[in-house]
Amino acid sequence: MEENGVRYGVGIDIGSTCAKTIVTDAKGEILWRDLRPTGWSSVETAEAIRRDLTDLLKEGSDARFVATGYGRISVPFADKCVTEISCHAKGAAALFGVKDLTVIDIGGQDTKLIAIKNGAVSEFAMNDKCSAGTGRFLEVMANTLSVTPAGLCEMAEKGSETRISSLCTVFAESEVINLIGRGTPRENIAWAVVDSIAQKVKIQAGKMAPGKEPLYLTGGLCDFPFVTERLGRAFGREVRTQPDARFAGAVGAALYALAL
Amino acid sequence: MADYVKMWEDLGMDLESHDTLCQVLPVAVGDVFMSQENRPKAMDFWDLVISEVHGIRPAELIEEQKKGRKVFGTFCVFVPDEVVIAANGIVTGLCGGSQFWVPGGEAVLPKNTCPLIKASVGARLGRTCPFFRIADVYVGETTCDGKKKAYEILGQDVPMLIMDVPQMKRPKDIEKWKEEIADFALKVEEITGNKLTVEKLKEAIRIVNEKRKAMKRVYDARKSECLPISGRDALLMTQISFFDDPERCAQMCNRLADELEQRIKDGVSVVPAGTKRILITGTPLAVPNWKLHNIIETSGAAVVCEEMCTGTRYFENLVDDSGETLDELFMALSKRYMKNNCACFTPNPGRIEDIIRLAKEYKADGVIDCSLKFCGLYDIEKKSVAEALKKEGIPVLSLETDYEDSDAGQLRTRIEAFVEMLNG
Repeated sequence: MEENGVRYGVGIDIGSTCAKTIVTDAKGEILWRDLRPTGWSSVETAEAIRRDLTDLLKEGSDARFVATGYGRISVPFADKCVTEISCHAKGAAALFGVKDLTVIDIGGQDTKLIAIKNGAVSEFAMNDKCSAGTGRFLEVMANTLSVTPAGLCEMAEKGSETRISSLCTVFAESEVINLIGRGTPRENIAWAVVDSIAQKVKIQAGKMAPGKEPLYLTGGLCDFPFVTERLGRAFGREVRTQPDARFAGAVGAALYALAL
Repeated sequence: MADYVKMWEDLGMDLESHDTLCQVLPVAVGDVFMSQENRPKAMDFWDLVISEVHGIRPAELIEEQKKGRKVFGTFCVFVPDEVVIAANGIVTGLCGGSQFWVPGGEAVLPKNTCPLIKASVGARLGRTCPFFRIADVYVGETTCDGKKKAYEILGQDVPMLIMDVPQMKRPKDIEKWKEEIADFALKVEEITGNKLTVEKLKEAIRIVNEKRKAMKRVYDARKSECLPISGRDALLMTQISFFDDPERCAQMCNRLADELEQRIKDGVSVVPAGTKRILITGTPLAVPNWKLHNIIETSGAAVVCEEMCTGTRYFENLVDDSGETLDELFMALSKRYMKNNCACFTPNPGRIEDIIRLAKEYKADGVIDCSLKFCGLYDIEKKSVAEALKKEGIPVLSLETDYEDSDAGQLRTRIEAFVEMLNG
């Protein structure tokens, strides 16, 4: 550490939908969090983040930057790129204060399951090109129902059991349109959409994460209690989350930055 | 570059379409191979062959055909080259590793067919692969349902021999495969007009065994902690060996092995010490499919072994040439070929044993089990492979991909994360 410089860890997680930034002090305490849409250009978003950081990071400060997320290579001022899988693991372990845990991260375009032992990744699974069970699936369905993704999750809580059998986003959308045509209440369709995500994540988990210990949810859907509840039902175990969980990747990146 | 346009024209190829393919390949070769530092000098042979992959060898084959020799195009490591060589025939691999040919295949095959089959059929029907044009006969084998049905399409305008590969490994299956080899020999005699003799078959066995030993020497060098060759270069050597003359192949592999062994003595490695070593297992990587190796080796790891048909399965196990009758030699061939642990067999514990053995021999830090999309056999086997490796404490990453570049970003994220995990 520089003698006169204040040490900061900066983690920038450029996801497909949102860009998350976390600045921590030398001890890893979060000083600043920022969330903004990634928009169409990761490079411009990264540049806008950099401008905002100049106010925060005083002259002579010793800040290190780690970029993560699918847009990680679009952050020219990053000292290092680390994959979102490693960052989510590190961030989640820190946020939840648990060293052995399994994380479900539902992102804009990928859903990841990450098994963590002693704070390090021991195994992971990630969906391929298919968007079923991801935030994108939720966005597409919300569009079809003329609500926001957040609106859909809130609406789903008031719905009752309805099922969509297709896991494929395109086929599921046709099913939703069918349900609308049959006059199924929107709340019920919203219920089915959230449940479908939970079911898909459970299938993706396969044999990963056996046992009954709680699972930890990170990513953009952590604000919606109904998502957590349906996931818990699908896995037959408690699913925990917390308000900063959508920043888990950025927190992990900031912690990696501190270690540079 | 020599001018092969006349030759391609005489072969009835679609020159315009083929030109497009010829423009793409050098870029890929540049990106994947020429960008590497400190390559073995002996790779110059394979660099030359790949730079004119549709020129040099096809021209040689045509010259041999003028002398009356027949060319047998094959798809799979189950076809016993020895039988063809003993009858003075020539064996060549066939193209099937590029996305370029996939749309042509999809025009006649269901989309949910594996890219290798779609590309082969597309290369044949699109008239953009000289090997498919040159071959006097194609030799297929029943290693999967997709290929079985594709042969019915390919066989419409070229003679097609099909060998029925057993699906189990009981003694009676080895006996049955021997019978298939004997039947194949009769057909080869008919096509070439040459009789098989014990002496000729023994000589052919010797030639192919020498090629296997030479390839093994190159692979053995990859077991060294001091890694003298990249996975990409070793893969290229293996891929080209399916097309080359077996004696020249042995000579070139031995030349490469000499250099690699010297590099190990001199402590010359292509990667920094501590670079994580990856064993790849799964479906074959037909030329020019270098996607996975390229992503792995530009994500901070090195590929040290391929447990696949374009890898160890091609050269492991020699054929016993001590038999004194054709029947005994056919049995020796059957025994060697039936040691191949293709996922088409049930059960198939040998493959898992091979992966674990090879992971130890090659000092692999992790295994990547990757199958081509829509290859149900390998895809289903991933689960038992992963469980067995887990039990051995060997980290494994299971992947599925095709020839498209559209998933390269997601593959890279997973592979980088796997490497980060191995690095701790």
